[in-house]
Amino acid sequence: MTPTQISQIAFYFFAGLAVLGAILTVTVRNVVHSAIFLITSLLATAGIFLTLGAQFVFAVQIILYVGGIMVLFIFVIMLVNLDVALHQLQFNRQGWVAGLLALVLASQLGFAIWFARGEGSLDIPAGRTGALSPQNVEQFGLALFEKYALPFEIASVLLLVALIGAVVMTKKRV
Amino acid sequence: MSALLEFLKTYMWPLIFALVIVGVLPLLAGYVVLMERKVMADMQARLGPMRVGPHGLLQPIADALKLLIKEDIIPENADKLVFWFAPVISVTAAMLAYSALAIGPFFQIAELNIGLLFIVAVSSMGIFGIILGGWASNSHYSLLGALRSTAQMISYETAAGLALVGGVLLAGTLSTQKIVQAQQGGTWFVFVAPIGFFLYLVASIAETNRAPFDLPEAESELVAGYMTEYSGFRWAVYFLAEYANMIVVASIATTLFLGGWLRPFGSIAALDFLDFFPPLCFLGVAGYCFYRTPKQPEPIQSGVMALFGGLCLLLAAAMALPFVPAFAASKAGVHGAFWFLLKVSLYIYSFMWIRFTFPRFRFDQLMKLGWYFMIPLSIVNVLGLGVYKVLRQLQWSRWPAFLLTTGGTLLVAIWLVWLAQRKVAVPGPVGDMTEAEG
Repeated sequence: MTPTQISQIAFYFFAGLAVLGAILTVTVRNVVHSAIFLITSLLATAGIFLTLGAQFVFAVQIILYVGGIMVLFIFVIMLVNLDVALHQLQFNRQGWVAGLLALVLASQLGFAIWFARGEGSLDIPAGRTGALSPQNVEQFGLALFEKYALPFEIASVLLLVALIGAVVMTKKRV
Repeated sequence: MSALLEFLKTYMWPLIFALVIVGVLPLLAGYVVLMERKVMADMQARLGPMRVGPHGLLQPIADALKLLIKEDIIPENADKLVFWFAPVISVTAAMLAYSALAIGPFFQIAELNIGLLFIVAVSSMGIFGIILGGWASNSHYSLLGALRSTAQMISYETAAGLALVGGVLLAGTLSTQKIVQAQQGGTWFVFVAPIGFFLYLVASIAETNRAPFDLPEAESELVAGYMTEYSGFRWAVYFLAEYANMIVVASIATTLFLGGWLRPFGSIAALDFLDFFPPLCFLGVAGYCFYRTPKQPEPIQSGVMALFGGLCLLLAAAMALPFVPAFAASKAGVHGAFWFLLKVSLYIYSFMWIRFTFPRFRFDQLMKLGWYFMIPLSIVNVLGLGVYKVLRQLQWSRWPAFLLTTGGTLLVAIWLVWLAQRKVAVPGPVGDMTEAEG
C-alpha cells in the first residue's frame, strides 16, 4: 500500500462516516444519541481535513467543535427531560421545502462534477497526501496575520462583541 | 502480501512504539496507584500495602485481577450501549495523546507539526467519557458528578491552554521534538516562565479531577461522582483513563517546561558526571533489593524481591550501555527516556503531595479560583512572555527581561488576590451559595 492509497482509503472512510453520522443525527429519537452521532460526524470531518494535509484545521475543528461546543450541547441536553422530547413530533411538515433545497444542492453538485469531468480534479490532490506539510501552522499564521489581517481582525471584533453582549445580557444585577 | 510487508516496513517503529505504550501504560498506571498509596501511607505515618509481594510490590497486579473477575453490573434503566462505550472513550483519548509525545529524540510514534495542539485536542475529548458515563448510568449522583466535572474541566481547560500558549510562545513551535530542542543548551522554560508553570500545575490538577479539586468524585457528597454505578472491569477502565491522563499532563509539563528528555544542567560540562546517575540509581535500588531479600518473612516474598533486584540490575545494565563505545549513539535515547520518566514521576509526586496536603475546595470557591484568578492571570502571563520575547530580541540580557516580565505578572497576581479579598460578597456562579470570604 502506498501512502496515496492509504490516504484514499482514509478519505472514503471518513467521508462515509461523516455522512452516516449526519443522517443518524437527524433520524435518531434520543437527543443524547443524536449528539453522539453529531460528534462522530464532526470528528470524521476533522479526519478529512487531516487527509488533505490541513493539520491545523484538524486540531482546531476538534478543540472548538468537539471539545468546546459539543460539550456545552450535551451539558444542556442532559438537563432536559428526555421523556417529553420522545413524545413530540420529530419532523416538521415542511418536507417539500427541504426537498426543493436538496434538489437545488444536488443539481449544483452534479453541475460541478459534470464540468470537472475528465480533468481528474475530483481526485485528492497529488503531493498533499501521506507526508504532511511540515510548515502548516506557520503558513496558516502568516496568511492570517499578513494577507488576511483585516478580515481576521474584523472577525475577532465581531466575536468579542458577541462575547460581551452575551455577558451583559445574562448578567443579573445583584 | 508484499504491499502489507511494505507497509509494515515503513511504519515498523511507530507500530512497535504504539504497542509498547498500549502494553506498558496500564502497568505503569497500576504502579502509579501503588506509588500513590505508598506516598499517602508515608505521609500519614503508615506502611501502606504490604501483603501482596514484598512491600506490596505485586499489589497492582492483584488489584487488576480482582477487578477483572468482579461481577459486571449495569443499572436497570441505563442506556446500555452508551454505558458500555463511555469508559472506552475516556481511555482512548488518554492513550491517543501519547502518539505525539516524545519520550526521547527517537522514541516517538508520530512527529507532528501540530504536536502540542494535537495532544490538547485529543485529550479534550476524554471529557465525553465522563459526561456520557454519568448520563447513561441513570443515577442522580452520576449525573451531578458528570455535570460538576464538565463545568470544572471547561473552566480549567482555558487556563491550562493559555499556560501552554506561554510555553509555545517561548519555543516558537508546536512540535514536541522542537520544543525540547529549543530548551537544549539554554534554560528550561520553567525558569523563564515560572508563573506559566505554576498555572499549568494547578490547572492540570483540576483537569485530572484530583484533590484538592476532586469535586466530581467528592465521596462525602456524591458517592463516587460519574463512576458511582460502574463496577468491575468498566470501573477499572475509568481508573486507567484517570491515571493515564495524569501521566499525559505530567508528560506535557515535562516537555514544555522541564526540558523533556534533556539532562539537568546539560550545558555545563563540569556537571557531566550526572551522566553516571541513571545506571548508578538503578544499581543502588538493585543493591537495596538484594539487601532486603533475606529479611522477607516468606520464601516466596524473598524470591519476588530478588526478582525485582534482578530487574533493576538489567535496567542498570541498559543504562550503562551508552558508556560502551560501540553503543555511544544510544545515549540520547536511553538516558533521555530515564530523565523524561524521572521528571514525569517527580511531577506526579508533586500531585500526590498536593493531594495529601490541601483540603478540598468548595464548588463555588473552585469556580471563583478558575474564573477570577487563573484565567486572567494566564492571559497576563501570555502577554508577559510576549514582552519577554520582544525584549530578548531587542538585545536585553536575560535577567532584566525576566525580572521585569515575571515581576509584572506577579504584581497582577497580587492585585487579583487583593481584588478577591476586598469584595465581601462576590456574585459567584452558584448564586445563593456565595458568602463572605475570609
